[in-house]
Amino acid sequence: MEELLKVEGLHTYFHTYRGVLKALTGVSFSLYPGEILGLVGETGCGKSVTARSIMRLIKEPGKIEEGKILYRGKDLLSLSEEEMRTIRGKDISMIFQEPMTSLNPVLKIGTLMSEVIMVHKKVNKNRALNIAKKMLKEVKMPDPEGVLNKYPFELSGGMRQRVMIAMALSSDPEILIADEPTTALDVTIQGQILRLIIDLSQKRGTAVLLITHDLGVVANVADRVIVMYAGNIVEEGRVKSIFTNPSHPYTKGLLRSLPSLAKEGEELPTIPGTLPNLIYPPKGCLFYDRCDIREEYCKEGRPERFHLGEEHYVWCHKIKNEKMERLGYGRTD
Amino acid sequence: MKKKMPLTLYLILKSPLTLFGAVLVILLILMAIFAPLIAPYNPNRISLREKLAPPSLKHPFGTDEVGRDLLSRVIYGSRISLQVGIVVVLLAGIPGILIGAFSGYYGGQFDNIIMRLMDIVMAFPPLVLALSIAAALGPSLVNSMMAVAFIMIPKFSRLVRGETLSLKEKPFVLATRAQGGKPLYIIFRHIIPNSLSSVIVLASLVMGDAILVAASLSFIGLGAQPPTPEWGALVSVGRKYILDQWWYATFPGLFIFLAVMGFNLFGDGLRDILDPKIRGR
Amino acid sequence: MRIAKYIGIRLLYIIPVMLGVTILVFLISHTIPGDPASLIAGPKASKATIERIRHDLGLDKPIYVQYMIYLRGLLKGDFGKSIRTGIDVATDLKKYFPATLELTFFSMLFAIGAGIPLGIISAIKRNRWPDHISRTFSIFGVSMPVFWLGLLLLLVFYSKLKILPGSGRLDTILSPPTHITGMYTIDALLTGNWPVFISALTHLILPAFCLGYVYLAIITRITRSSMLEVLNKEYIETARANGIPEKSIILKHALKNALIPVVTIIGISFGELMGGAILTETIFSFPGVGKYVVESINYLDFPAIMGFTVVVTFIYVFMNLLVDVIYAFLDPQIRY
Repeated sequence: MEELLKVEGLHTYFHTYRGVLKALTGVSFSLYPGEILGLVGETGCGKSVTARSIMRLIKEPGKIEEGKILYRGKDLLSLSEEEMRTIRGKDISMIFQEPMTSLNPVLKIGTLMSEVIMVHKKVNKNRALNIAKKMLKEVKMPDPEGVLNKYPFELSGGMRQRVMIAMALSSDPEILIADEPTTALDVTIQGQILRLIIDLSQKRGTAVLLITHDLGVVANVADRVIVMYAGNIVEEGRVKSIFTNPSHPYTKGLLRSLPSLAKEGEELPTIPGTLPNLIYPPKGCLFYDRCDIREEYCKEGRPERFHLGEEHYVWCHKIKNEKMERLGYGRTD
Repeated sequence: MKKKMPLTLYLILKSPLTLFGAVLVILLILMAIFAPLIAPYNPNRISLREKLAPPSLKHPFGTDEVGRDLLSRVIYGSRISLQVGIVVVLLAGIPGILIGAFSGYYGGQFDNIIMRLMDIVMAFPPLVLALSIAAALGPSLVNSMMAVAFIMIPKFSRLVRGETLSLKEKPFVLATRAQGGKPLYIIFRHIIPNSLSSVIVLASLVMGDAILVAASLSFIGLGAQPPTPEWGALVSVGRKYILDQWWYATFPGLFIFLAVMGFNLFGDGLRDILDPKIRGR
Repeated sequence: MRIAKYIGIRLLYIIPVMLGVTILVFLISHTIPGDPASLIAGPKASKATIERIRHDLGLDKPIYVQYMIYLRGLLKGDFGKSIRTGIDVATDLKKYFPATLELTFFSMLFAIGAGIPLGIISAIKRNRWPDHISRTFSIFGVSMPVFWLGLLLLLVFYSKLKILPGSGRLDTILSPPTHITGMYTIDALLTGNWPVFISALTHLILPAFCLGYVYLAIITRITRSSMLEVLNKEYIETARANGIPEKSIILKHALKNALIPVVTIIGISFGELMGGAILTETIFSFPGVGKYVVESINYLDFPAIMGFTVVVTFIYVFMNLLVDVIYAFLDPQIRY
């Protein structure tokens, strides 16, 4: 199947006063129509930067330095700001983590929603309000008519996130980027909201890039998973093969620290160490410091993508070398 | 603290406006200290033959109505303005800080009453209140400083009160309280020292403001009286000659402007630098 | 509904503030300046005369009684008689007020009308030349001694370029328009008196610019920083992610939020405007209450100075009440 979105060699840097922080160094992946792709990693691994890079919403002092973001073959990075604007919200939508602060406090829900609809669907205000109402019904908002006349502060966090979802899906985008959409919500409604996102996008055939630090979430809903570490992808594959056959030590660590997978009575294992300095990153594998299978040669050069099995890839010197040796190639680097 | 110093310095150097403000302030201080060395003439030397002479090599800023060298008078004037700034900051700062700290620390009705009193002082347009106090005290430099200091007190007390409210919930203060630390000890040992960085920022801004308001009072005849070479008073007298002897009012006014700008830029820059919300980003 | 309650609370709140203001003014005028009786009587008066004046003024009564008398007078609009003119201070103030009102109105119009757009441009062109120009302009403004700026304007536009009048409210050959509001521009408009309107307007240009400049600088600054802060908010990112056009993001999504602190500053800094009016009117011989009070200072005319102080402060307090109301309309969290 042809990819809907193809990210190639994405480098995004932040020019801070301490130096250039290399937030993303060569991220490449594809998103296929209608699929749900989970993007997993701990805080600061570059998940959100990836999402914002795709939307071209990187703020100063950040800058996309190189790479391609192909949406239906068209490089988004080559578009003018105005061309990009017409894609945002219409072809690619995004919902954010913080529903409490992501809606404008001085504008009514109706105003916020109808403006988005008017911009993309070129309809008049009344028609837009009708569509907004319909969307609010779809996200199972109680009293959609009344909500249109309310201000964001009059709604609960879950309600606001429903509004965000309704707004993001109102122009039938092909891609929905959901950046930790349930993290800031009460645990009791996290599941509901996630279900809502998934059901609605499946119904509409919208592909979802679901960003989360929670592998458990991904296990429940995603088709494929990408695991990121320190601005790079370390493993990619179908959910099933990642969960049954994780190969990168980081992925393994993440899985071990999942509460649902830990054995009763045992302490939850964590991955020791912290993220490397991304201003002066080491030359070799970025996971080296925290890796339990590292070798001396891992310090030389970044690992490349290595094909493990059907749609399953890993970025690891050691695994690659072992596999190659087993196949009788010897070391290749 | 040690780790913070180079960064603060780095940020000052990196912000041209803050640096410019600092340079202006330093020049003002140097000018005040070394006035007798820099000034080409005695500021009070009268020379009727040379009265109202335009700027020349001999008198770069020209001369006044009795032939005194305006450059020398402006240089000596820096002493008065700087003195006004410092005295006002002390006269307003010390009671302001104490009021704020005690009011914030004890809270309750006491705090309520104090803050309402501050509201009353702040209900006046600043120059208007300073003017009526200065008028009541009688026109003199000292009285104008007291009037200006009075209107600046709420600035300090409100700032320090706010700091106190947040500081008194901080673990290190709570710990001292739990160990039976006396309120006086906590206020002087923890609360005031920890509010100092914001107080310094405010002090710089108040210096500028004080110089400006005091000069305004002098201008309307309520501050330093001629022949004191106070800048505002110089402009006030120079005003009579503005259409024909433009230099008389222009140069002293320019120095008020530069001095006030120096303190404002420095204070603003310092605030941005010390504000943890902005720094480090 | 809530807005009525909110305004009600604000109104209640200003009563103690106003009372406090009168107490403070009373203390300043009645306790600091030694003996007002001997001041009024003059240096050569006999002891008996001074005693009589003291009795007439009620200065021999206990201080709180004196205050009650003072307050009762204030409530009736009685500020006492001016030492300098011998007329009721209230009458004098009434006479000079329209000019000050007109001047401050035009200054505000200029400062707000130019300050908010300048601040917005500065914020969206951050660290580029429009921002540098506007910031320099506003840095100059907040440090500028109003009286010095006035003199420079007078020197350049009146004396050297000779393109604008430098004193008074009207050309001397014209007579003031029929008194309706006392504000010449408005009265001239109402009576269709064009020559007077033009003349009054040109006489306002320099003083209004001079007085408005500081205010403009403050407004530009706060608009810029408030815009910058708001543009960094997550809801702006949401709007961008939804493909809202930049123009709407700035003028609708950001501005309405950014204006909230701007309105507050407009209210607070109105005090600067009132203070500045004293200096501006003096420089431009503009016959308003500011010029009146400076002239009263030269005579140590306390009733006039204190009357002025009370009236101007009440206006300032009222202005801030107005700002609170506008504030409520901008911020739905207060309105509801």
